[in-house]
Amino acid sequence: MKKVIMGNHAVSYGVRASDVKVISAYPITPQTQVVELLSEMCADGEIDAKFIKVESEHSALTAVVGASAAGVRSFTATSAQGLLLMHEILHWAVGARLPIVLANINRAVGPPWSIWTDQNDSLSQRDVGWLQIYCESNQETQDTIVQAFKIAETVKLPVMLVLDAFFLSHTFEIVDILEAEQVRPFLPPYSTEVRVDVEDSHSFGNLASPDGYFELRYMIQKAMEQSREVVKEVDREFGEHFGRSYGLIQPYRCDDAETILVTSGTVASTTRAVIDQMRDEGIKIGSLKIRVFRPFPFEEVFEVLSGAKKVAVIDRNISFGHHGIFFQEVKSALYGRTDIPIIGFITGIGGRDVTPTVIREIADKAMGDESPEREINWIGVKR
Amino acid sequence: MKPAKMPTEEFMTSGHLACQGCGATQAMRFALKALGPKTALVIPACCWSVIDGPFPHTSLKVPIFHTAFEAAASTASGLKAGLEMRGDTETIVLAWAGDGGTFDIGIQALSGAAERNENIIYCCYDNEAYMNTGIQRSSATPVGAWTTTTPTAHYKKRPKKKMIDIMAAHSIPYIATASVAFPQDLIAKFRKARQIQGTRFIHIFAPCPTGWKLAPELSVSMASQAVTSRIFPLLEVTENGLKWNVWKDFEPTPVQDYIKAQGRFRHLSDEEVAGIEKDVERNWQEVLAREKLSATIPGLDP
Repeated sequence: MKKVIMGNHAVSYGVRASDVKVISAYPITPQTQVVELLSEMCADGEIDAKFIKVESEHSALTAVVGASAAGVRSFTATSAQGLLLMHEILHWAVGARLPIVLANINRAVGPPWSIWTDQNDSLSQRDVGWLQIYCESNQETQDTIVQAFKIAETVKLPVMLVLDAFFLSHTFEIVDILEAEQVRPFLPPYSTEVRVDVEDSHSFGNLASPDGYFELRYMIQKAMEQSREVVKEVDREFGEHFGRSYGLIQPYRCDDAETILVTSGTVASTTRAVIDQMRDEGIKIGSLKIRVFRPFPFEEVFEVLSGAKKVAVIDRNISFGHHGIFFQEVKSALYGRTDIPIIGFITGIGGRDVTPTVIREIADKAMGDESPEREINWIGVKR
Repeated sequence: MKPAKMPTEEFMTSGHLACQGCGATQAMRFALKALGPKTALVIPACCWSVIDGPFPHTSLKVPIFHTAFEAAASTASGLKAGLEMRGDTETIVLAWAGDGGTFDIGIQALSGAAERNENIIYCCYDNEAYMNTGIQRSSATPVGAWTTTTPTAHYKKRPKKKMIDIMAAHSIPYIATASVAFPQDLIAKFRKARQIQGTRFIHIFAPCPTGWKLAPELSVSMASQAVTSRIFPLLEVTENGLKWNVWKDFEPTPVQDYIKAQGRFRHLSDEEVAGIEKDVERNWQEVLAREKLSATIPGLDP
């Protein structure tokens, strides 16, 4: 069934299709419609789940950790300050190897207060050990929730879905709605032998000496490395079932491109429109959307970018004292293997519109004879 | 006080990592005797995250999920929901936290769980300071006590937080205090709690000889004197926080005997001890007044 729904509701429909058993969440703009619709779905019996309406995001994630430890499929959603309040438990979910799925609606972090989008909330959680998948459309959002549970349960690591506030969360698009019965052959009900169970008693997470802790962390990295293939395989299998696949990355008109713009989230759609326009003008330009940020698709990114003469990375985030975060990652993927110039652009922070004009300015600067700064170029700063 | 028979079955084994005379360890042993094998524990950062034993060993015969310091009640809420969704409605989920994890850092999650009336037992074993980190003051530390962050020249000046009042204000079905010196009463209360649905809060007085500068063999005696000196009344609050029932059937003992026996109070002058005695009497009268008030509320079980 096709429906016109907002991005946040695409998250809720994804959860509905995934046979989730426990949901816990705390309201925060711009995430609220995710949990409002889920509350209704639980109340109407459309989802057979317990919804724990907690007093903070910290408790939301810990409740989901507890539920997942009991061996059931669990979900939460948040934004910005909420994600940051969860930080400690983001680590806990990884150390406990719990296959939780979380939707984070990208929102700028205060102060000053902002409800509009940028990626600093999710990217500041880069190193905790969650997979991170950046979505671009409502269809992709719904589908990725379903994929995320399968990935998480395979590699025993939690997965974070990331959506731009408003540009995606509040935008209405046509979505082919997935039903639970339809999804079940792809994503069977979850069960695990590693769970809190009085019939098979264990102590989970107790004190590990330096003799044991080290190996447990090694195993997390191995699982993360393994997850790269799992993400691809799950995506391929999803395609077989539903005819839609999304990839780790999405190259667009890159084959003979001399310049490639690297993007993520909704900026990718705008960029494609600009690429088409520039191609019409005879300019050899393409774009590369990075969908899966953790694990970082080093090889895939290298494959696409190694044929270009210039690479420009558009970051809706900033690592203060360093550069844009996607820029750092792309640079490390190419390091030592090519000498293609990589140029960093920061734009759209705090929800500032990234219009076709902005993208065009970036493209022109990147291609121009007058070399821009290599690492960091701020686009649209009022001085 | 209705004493229970002491069950012979043990759910705690040797090989735990507690100090000698540890009240928290006795508390766990008795609580599990009362609750039995179908109990799953959630333990936040506290002495018990160490007492359990080093990975991959455990000293308990029931499952434990260790969680973050402030997260006992919320993790337990989720664990209970998860178990129920898995079809296991029988397992008792017991959140087991120290006073720091309950009175201080965990109070938000606890308040949330109690307000939602989550179907869990939350137990605070109270040794009146952050003992696992080496004796720092918590809001459960009594007036006058020395800790490493309240040195004798600047000892704890503020009274212990009234946790039972706070929990009673959440209108939960069962609240009780218990003491390791009265194990049969403790067991009876856990058994009673086991039969009740909703959030049950049990506050156990659990001396810490290491932190109180006390000989380990005096641990149980101190727990006993805390009750008989009326410093730590044994009580139950039922009928969603309205009905208070206080145990009074004992020979009172002097507050100063309790105070003078412990190194953590050694610096106090006679005048300061007299001040504590006055506070203890006021608090005792306040608790009795609550009990009397319960009798005037219409519709409560006598």
